[in-house]
Amino acid sequence: MNRRSIPLTAWIGFAGILLAFICAIFAPWIAPYGETEIVGDVWQPADAQFLLGLDNLGRDLLSRLIYGARTTLFVALSATVLAFSVGIALSFIAAVSRGMIDMVLSRLNDLMMSIPTLILALVVLAVLPQSLTVLILVIAALETTRVFRLGRAVALDVAVMDFVEAAELRGEGKLWIVFREILPNTLSPLLAEFGLRFAFAILFVSTLSFLGLGIQPPTADWGGMVKDNKDGIIFGVSAALLPGAAIAALTICVNLVVDWLLRRTSSLKGGRGDG
Amino acid sequence: MGKLLSVRDLKIEATSYPPGEPPRRISIVNGVSFDLEKGRVLGLIGESGAGKSTIGLAALAYGRGGVEITGGEVTLDGTDILKLGKSGIRGLRGRRICYVAQSAAAAFNPAHRLGDQVIEATLRHGLLSRDAARKRALDLFRMLGLPDPESFGRRYPHQVSGGQLQRAMTAMALCPKPDLIVFDEPTTALDVTTQIDVLAAIKHAIEETGTAALYITHDLAVVAQISDEIMVLRHGDMVEHGPVRQIIEQPVQDYTKALVNMRSIRHDEAPDQSGALLRMENISASYGDGVPVLHDISLHVPRGQTLAIVGESGSGKSTLARVATGLLPPSAGRIEFGGQVLPPARKARSRDDLRRLQLIYQMADTAMNPRQTVREIIGRPLTFYEGLRGSARVARVKELLDQIEMGSGFIDRYPAELSGGQKQRVAIARALAAKPELIICDEPTSALDPLVADGILKLLLRLQEEQGLSYIFITHDIAIVRAIADSVAVMHGGRLVRFGPKSRALAPPFDDYTDLLLKSVPELEIGWLERILATRRRESAGH
Amino acid sequence: MTGFPATLPRPRLWLRRRFPLLARIAERLLLSILLLLTVSVLIFAGVEALPGDFATTYLGQSATPQAVANIRAEFGLDQPVTSRYFEWLGNALQGDFGSSWASGNSVSEQIGNRLGNSLFLAAVSALIAVPLAVGLGVVAVRFRDRLPDRLINILSLAAISLPEFFVGYLLIMFFVVKTSAAAFPATVYDSMSLIERLQVIALPVATLVLVVLAHMIRMTRAAILGVMSSAYMETAELKGLGALRSITHHAAPNALAPIINVVALNLAYLIVGVVVVEVVFVYPGMGQYMVDAVTVRDLPVVQACGLIFAAIYILLNMTADILAIIANPRLRHPR
Repeated sequence: MNRRSIPLTAWIGFAGILLAFICAIFAPWIAPYGETEIVGDVWQPADAQFLLGLDNLGRDLLSRLIYGARTTLFVALSATVLAFSVGIALSFIAAVSRGMIDMVLSRLNDLMMSIPTLILALVVLAVLPQSLTVLILVIAALETTRVFRLGRAVALDVAVMDFVEAAELRGEGKLWIVFREILPNTLSPLLAEFGLRFAFAILFVSTLSFLGLGIQPPTADWGGMVKDNKDGIIFGVSAALLPGAAIAALTICVNLVVDWLLRRTSSLKGGRGDG
Repeated sequence: MGKLLSVRDLKIEATSYPPGEPPRRISIVNGVSFDLEKGRVLGLIGESGAGKSTIGLAALAYGRGGVEITGGEVTLDGTDILKLGKSGIRGLRGRRICYVAQSAAAAFNPAHRLGDQVIEATLRHGLLSRDAARKRALDLFRMLGLPDPESFGRRYPHQVSGGQLQRAMTAMALCPKPDLIVFDEPTTALDVTTQIDVLAAIKHAIEETGTAALYITHDLAVVAQISDEIMVLRHGDMVEHGPVRQIIEQPVQDYTKALVNMRSIRHDEAPDQSGALLRMENISASYGDGVPVLHDISLHVPRGQTLAIVGESGSGKSTLARVATGLLPPSAGRIEFGGQVLPPARKARSRDDLRRLQLIYQMADTAMNPRQTVREIIGRPLTFYEGLRGSARVARVKELLDQIEMGSGFIDRYPAELSGGQKQRVAIARALAAKPELIICDEPTSALDPLVADGILKLLLRLQEEQGLSYIFITHDIAIVRAIADSVAVMHGGRLVRFGPKSRALAPPFDDYTDLLLKSVPELEIGWLERILATRRRESAGH
Repeated sequence: MTGFPATLPRPRLWLRRRFPLLARIAERLLLSILLLLTVSVLIFAGVEALPGDFATTYLGQSATPQAVANIRAEFGLDQPVTSRYFEWLGNALQGDFGSSWASGNSVSEQIGNRLGNSLFLAAVSALIAVPLAVGLGVVAVRFRDRLPDRLINILSLAAISLPEFFVGYLLIMFFVVKTSAAAFPATVYDSMSLIERLQVIALPVATLVLVVLAHMIRMTRAAILGVMSSAYMETAELKGLGALRSITHHAAPNALAPIINVVALNLAYLIVGVVVVEVVFVYPGMGQYMVDAVTVRDLPVVQACGLIFAAIYILLNMTADILAIIANPRLRHPR
């Protein structure tokens, strides 16, 4: 792997993701104003003092965008990490043990996946109390089903290979087989899947917030900012479009990196390398 | 007879895309020339990567998957077909030049009836009316010996067997009465007993129709039956080109000599085959669905000797290996190892039981973890069984590398950085690392080129002599059985049809199946096919 | 025919061997019914899992013990869970979803109108998106790795990254605010003619199409590429067939099943998309109804909408699978 083989699109993706994370981590130091600080008139246009103008309550849009990165990334990333840990663990257990455990887990997963994600989320959120933890858990639960499906498929692909059987015949334990034989051969597709799930989580948390069911005000988050400012659109105020563009830009960046990861994922079975 | 096809200084390149590296151009064929007269058959022979299929497809002005013809001429009746435009080439393909692929199962469209596919090119090129084309297809089905020729064309590809598909594809190629047919390993994927019928059908059809042909294969014995001339290829270069008789009786080049004199290995069977290291008694087995795949099989391997289990695909020979290793516990019967009863399931066997019986796989590619280096692959059994670590382990890995004639320079390579033969050697070293008493070899050489396979067999025999190893060698190749076995087991349809010392098992009087099997294996002898077919005719007339 | 089965799963095996097509379709139908029942249990149980008693939630501050008991009796909450489930399911099957907690109106009546509106929106979007996606997918394959393919790849990659609401507001900003070419909000009422309706939903449809299209093109491209790289396409080329004949006669019949799958999968995005788009354009459909209900925790409405959305999704997938089964020559023409 040399640096020249990474295409320009992937570099753009990395740069965008990095920028978003810098904003998120150093928000209080970067943002010119406070997250909930009212600094002027409602929907005051952009000028030298307020680079992107003010929002529906007279708060600085740029500052809220920077703080919003924090919330949006935090929720999306924790949900993805959680979904990944649980999903991969369960899918590998299913793939390695097969039989009943696999059957039960897979059927359960099919059931979860037979309801469209947003609809399932709406039903659950109608019942559960509104909190950040609930939000993360709900998104993570929905993501887990997707991770499970891919993880199981990828693990099964490797688990049927002769070298895994060879390890079993040697007498190796389950842990060795999962961590030393199977996992190293699934890293590439799993990494790409992590990116895909992260992109999905960003879109999903934003959508929920936009519908008023995600992160609650006054905390700034990109989807919620669209909701707050949407009434300005018909007056020609573009305050709602900025956070929307931020979501889009970040998701595009993640997808650019994923696209590159998927392309370079070479087939494990490979050829004999003769031409 | 005039020149039909003339290939001059043909150069073919491809672009390879190694993962994580910039793409690079590689040469596949470096300036090959030959002529083919009307009605003659030229055999192209070589190992994988020799460029033989690529040359065959170039005769149709076609490059598969990014392959590009970069130089030279391919003239058909005086026209350079490489200079023809798209429509010119379309007018040739399926009309004057036809192609028979290695895997007819994939080459037929699953959505259409065989008959319609057979006559499609003839109709689209406007050569015959639909009725006349159907009639011709029917004649061809008869000529090729297909069952129920009248209704055969109404079937779908998935409804007929592999051997029948290959014949149907030949009919498809013959239908437009082409001047030239390119046969691309048409029998390689078939079992030997099926191969002989297809081979006979193809030979008969070529003679009847008088078409010229390029016959591509890696099997010299096959090509000797069908061709008038042979061209030997290696790494994209022509090695030798001449009439069949000259090539197989007086080869000039060293490489051709090696090909002709292959299987020079001799191993005389052990006189005493009484004791048993592994004994399987009355073994029956089935997979999850309850359909039995092994029926009451009893056999044994003496210590320090080789038992060859021979059979075609579906005979149950690999299943028997899975039973022996404990991967598939038998539904009935018992297994003894070194005089002790071995638990049927792998999970119930002790670590020492597992150590003493090792397995070598057919595909070395998938038998080794691509993320581990040779050091880890060979070193793991050392640590696992003997607790060897650090420099002691490295020393032992190097010693094993020396034993498989590779040397310690390979210790930090990944499997992807090894050739097919080297991978199989590393797999052998991994088995040796366990200090086993018995190694089950499941077709370890069938995915390898013949000369490489030869090297592996010699290595296995040497190791047996030095270390007193026992082998169960599973194969479909009678020549290998003759070369290395002490005792032989012939399997067919999940049953053991023959078992005994090599000298007795492979000598008459035969049972019907062993007779058929032995007679179906092509021999490197001109006129072998005719001789066998004549015997068959005589026998069936005599019955 | 040889004997009938000794062990249990044999009849199914026998059926599969004898009538593979019918057997698989029947299996798929049964599976869908089972799935629908399980989903209904899930949705019903989800509400049961509401922390605290929901009569108390419903009454809020004014929850005297007597009032709670009255409410429980009124909603039948004093009955055991199973009998309530079967009553709810039985009523739902007859189109009765009870009455809304928020307005007291019949849920079915509200849904009746809105379901039609939502289906209209989704159907028009699908009618535009599906042919467009398949067409562009074919173009991408035809010009594989050349400019049109790369362009389609980059643009669709960007499009799948855009949240529906962003696309919606962008379109509103451009076509309503800047150029006044379209209407907002997208209000529809009974007396409207078809043409008028179509005009009103132009922007919501455009939003949905854009979002669904991107996914669909990418997957169609992959599906067609899979077919185009198979050996029988090489056979067609080596028979000297023209590109048109190869594609219509050899590729199309085999590409049908994977493309049907792609379309079905994407109609799921459409369902999710409909919810968001309706909110953006203030369109009186099921999606908006459901989101409003979730906000005020109007559970009968949430249950009803959830069940209907899930049922539509399950039925769509079933239809696609059955079509794909029928399109498979191996099952249509058994050995």
